[in-house]
Amino acid sequence: MNIGKFSDFKEGVRDAVPIFLGYIAVSFAFGIESSKIGMTVVQSAMTSLLNVTSAGQFSALKIIHENGSFIELAVLQFIINLRYMLMSAALSQRLDPRLGTLHRLGISYGVTDEIFGVSVLKKGGLYPMYSYGLISLSVFGWVLGTVLGAIAGQIMPQRLISCLGLAIYGMFIAIIIPDTRENKNVRAVVVIAMVLSTIFAFAPFLNCISSGFRIIIITVLVAAGAAKVAPVREEENE
Amino acid sequence: MNNVYAYILLMAVVTYAIRALPLTLIRKEIKSTFIRSFLYYVPYATLAAMTFPAILSATDSRFSAIAGFAVALILAFYKKSLLTVAGCACAAAFLVELFIR
Repeated sequence: MNIGKFSDFKEGVRDAVPIFLGYIAVSFAFGIESSKIGMTVVQSAMTSLLNVTSAGQFSALKIIHENGSFIELAVLQFIINLRYMLMSAALSQRLDPRLGTLHRLGISYGVTDEIFGVSVLKKGGLYPMYSYGLISLSVFGWVLGTVLGAIAGQIMPQRLISCLGLAIYGMFIAIIIPDTRENKNVRAVVVIAMVLSTIFAFAPFLNCISSGFRIIIITVLVAAGAAKVAPVREEENE
Repeated sequence: MNNVYAYILLMAVVTYAIRALPLTLIRKEIKSTFIRSFLYYVPYATLAAMTFPAILSATDSRFSAIAGFAVALILAFYKKSLLTVAGCACAAAFLVELFIR
């Protein structure tokens, strides 16, 4: 069983530079948001180090702030991060079938949208050493940005902080919008989810539902509906 | 805000389990078209629902939020990188806030 060499690790680190830069910007916003709800720098850094999931972490802040239930947090994380299951399943096909469980657990830690994107496109086999290089620098950027945001968030002018609040939404938009150009089903999913979300946010009674469960309900409704109406064929998936 | 560490650990365990289970257990490909399709659409539905209408109240002024949203949509439509889209959305909102105050 070949787990790769140190040169594979270095190659992974080099390929992670763009991810590193992007992560600093996004996790900076997370650091600011987490300090806003009163989390300490250590708690923010720990959250980023243990979770490495932008959408999941941002959505958790609201629940933590409101002392929401553990069930709500667990279900929300499960739904929001469900896509990692598909990525993880796809990555498992790229690994040497003989690769041991320990290395599989190591690679699992770094399954994010961006790290997955780079790993799955890697030419030739995917070696654990390469993944570890990729994960190391990416996660370093993720935690570093969080710490900087959590510290600087308290000394930066309000007007600047106010604008940085847009960073995470900008990132979400950058992830979902490009695919709406070619794929009309994705376009419909995005538009319907936004419309439903607006209705849930403002309509009487519906606006009593917490934002966490609102996202869960909308995701399940829209994704299941889309899967029923417009099932994805293998070749359309890529 | 009493059990912050409990919240952090809980979400870490859930998120890690999601990542680790398929990589360690599932060696065969998922066959069900419905489940595959559902998982394919999940990120789009989730991120869209999280973004709108929340983005409208992400800044201190609705005008700067709308400006940032518009800039992000346009740049994302032209497939600019994550960093460019997020950065320019912030910059657009900042400029608008400078202007209106």
